[in-house]
Order: sequence, then C-alpha cells, then structure tokens
Amino acid sequence: MQSRSFHLEIRSPEKLIYEGDVTSVQAPGVEGNFQILYGHIPFLTALDVGEIRINESSDALRSMATSGGVFEVLRTGVTVLVETAEWAAEIDVVRAESALERAKEQLAEESPDLNRPSAEAALARAQNRIKVASNL
Amino acid sequence: MATLREIRRRIASIKNIEQVTDAMRVVAAARLRRAQENIMATRPYAEKLNTILGHLISQMNVEEEALTHPLLEEREVKHVCIISVSGDRGLCGSFNSNVIRTTTERIQHYEETGADVTLICIGRRTQEHFERRGYDITDSYINIFRQLEFQTAVDVVQEFEHLYVDKTIDKVEVIYNNFKSAILQTVLVEQLLPLEPIEPEGDSLFLDYIYEPGQVELFEMLLHKDLNMQMWKVLLDSNAAEQAARMAAMENATQKAKELIDELVLQRNRARQTQITTEISEIVSGAAALEG
Repeated sequence: MQSRSFHLEIRSPEKLIYEGDVTSVQAPGVEGNFQILYGHIPFLTALDVGEIRINESSDALRSMATSGGVFEVLRTGVTVLVETAEWAAEIDVVRAESALERAKEQLAEESPDLNRPSAEAALARAQNRIKVASNL
Repeated sequence: MATLREIRRRIASIKNIEQVTDAMRVVAAARLRRAQENIMATRPYAEKLNTILGHLISQMNVEEEALTHPLLEEREVKHVCIISVSGDRGLCGSFNSNVIRTTTERIQHYEETGADVTLICIGRRTQEHFERRGYDITDSYINIFRQLEFQTAVDVVQEFEHLYVDKTIDKVEVIYNNFKSAILQTVLVEQLLPLEPIEPEGDSLFLDYIYEPGQVELFEMLLHKDLNMQMWKVLLDSNAAEQAARMAAMENATQKAKELIDELVLQRNRARQTQITTEISEIVSGAAALEG
C-alpha cells in the first residue's frame, strides 16, 4: 500500500537542509528514537545527538547526522530545527576521526581547565558522525 | 624640488599601491555579499525558534517555576565577563579600534563600581591588544571568520554559560560592530546573561500539543538554543561589518591614491618642461657661443 506523505522541512542556522514530501521521518529524541508518520498529532520535542532518517515518497531512504535540535509536528507538516546536520554522504570521516582522537586525548589528560561537558559533547558528535557515515 | 626621475618612481609605486587597495576592495565586496547572504539565511530559523519559544511560554504562564531558570537569574554584579568581538586583520578603518576602545571603557566602568572583569576575545586584534596589556583573558578564538561555523558560536556560549551557572561570573556582555548597512556600522554593547525575560506570544491554538520531555525542560533547552542563536548573529554581524568597513577603507585609499597620482603627474610635467627648457637654452647658448 502506498503510504501517505506529509511535508518536512529541516533547517539549520546556516541553511535550509531539506524540504520535501516524505512518508516517514525517524529522529533521535532526548527520550529515545521515534518515528513520525502521516497524521501525527501536534508534538514538540528536543533532539539529542544522533541520526535523522527520512523516507521519501519514492521509497528512497536518506540519513543525516545531527548534533541536536528542536522537532515540531503541526497539522501542516513537520519542522526540524537542527543546530548542525550533515547528510551521511557528505560527512568528512577523516575529520570526524581526528576530532574523536582530540576529544579522547582531552578527556584522558584530566587537566584542571578542561571544559568537560564541552569535550564530552565533542566526543559524542564525532562518534555519531562516524557511525552515520559507516551506515551508508 | 624633486627630480624628474624621483617623481616618476613615486608615481609608479603609488600606482602599485592603488592596484592593491582596489583589489582588496573587490575582495571585501565579494565577502560582504556572502556575509549578507549568511545573515539572511539564519532568519527563517531564528523566526521559527522564536515562535516555538513564544508559544511554549504562553502555554506555561501559570507555572512560575520557569522564571527561576538559572540563565534568567539576576545576581549582584561582582564578576563580569565581556566578550569582545573584533576581526583578525587590520586595514579596515576604525573597525577594530572602536571595539577595543569601547571594551576598555566598559572595563573601566565596571572596575569603578567594584566588579572585576574577565574577557573572552574573538579575533586576533582584541586578543593581541588585551594580552599585551595584561588583562585577564578567559579564552580567545582566532581565525574563525575565514570559515565561519555555527559550532564556533556554540563553543563560545558553552564557555561562558557554565561559568555563569557556576556563579563564577554574574553578568555576560558582548561588544561588537553591528552591521546596519554597507556604509554604517556601529559598536554595540549587548547583555547576553542574565537573559531578558521573554514575552509570551501567539494564541492558544496549540493546546493539544504533546511535549516531550516536559514543558519546563523544553523551555530550558530552547533558552539555550536561543542563546546560541544570539551569539551566532553577533558573529555574522561582526563579520559583515568588518567586510563593509574594509571595503569603505580600501575605497578611500584607492581614491586618495588617484588624487596623489594626478598631483604627481602635474609635477612631473612641470619638471619635464623645465628640463626641456633648460636643454634648449643650453643648446641655443652653445650655438651662440660658437658663432660669436
């Protein structure tokens, strides 16, 4: 059966990342992954570091890595505001791996002026990007 | 008076300078256009974020607990953090020096009231200035404007936000060049923390919203996102203002070079005329001497 599609818009502060009709979208909510289909009731949630998966009407599956954001479902469609997001195909794995190494080193050093939350967030972002890129 | 050869050499060197300043103007104009596009590109995101935040607040009016959020908490100001945003390079008129002057004045103002000040420097110009003079610098960010990324804004916010929540600092201000238009940039001092309370907006159309996690947690998260957004806007604005200031400065320099060349060309012609007159009169007097 052809499932019904709805309008999806994904924006970052830098640009419009995606706009189009999709049949489903999966996203990493702060309370766990969830999936939205056509006709979902209005819903507002926060996103964690993770992967957003889009099922386009043409059955193509696309995925991207995000560092978190806001996810809003309205009757008229879904809007996702992400702080940063990259399509799986666009992820620079080499850069992500060097960021991962750097974050690990920082955390291992235990220096007194280490900004721990910041280093941990960087670690999580790098791990996520590597993971999303490898699922391609 | 300068010799003919000296004048010619000066004209040649000023022409070279004119070419360089004109090229810099063209580059700045191109970068300015890109910077303006970046500012435009953030608008839909910022508007949407404000709408969501406004709706959320209008839904939770009754819950007073939201107003006690740590980022909204006002304290007696003893320790201030000033974020001073300049550029990495010079040759842009008073762009950098205005920020440095305003920052110095702000620091003096706080020291008179008995508060101490720590700095976060963005851009090489402020960093070098304040480091050389022994100011207390918490952190600096250099060379971020070539490839401006949202993550930088997030990093800066994280830096001062945790100091504010720890109560190491009681107030955060940012000083930067505001991009009004291509010909007008003004230095602004804005308070980032504590956050100004946000007015509820919008109607109650969204009463049947599901919130996950709760409204209060979402509110906190949105405040944080809004702060990131404010910082991002500051960086974009400063970047556009820098390019605009450089464009204007280079245009002036090119203009001045042109005027100088015109003046020197007159001098050169006069010198050449004098030389020719001298030569002719030498020849004439030489011939007269032979005839004599």
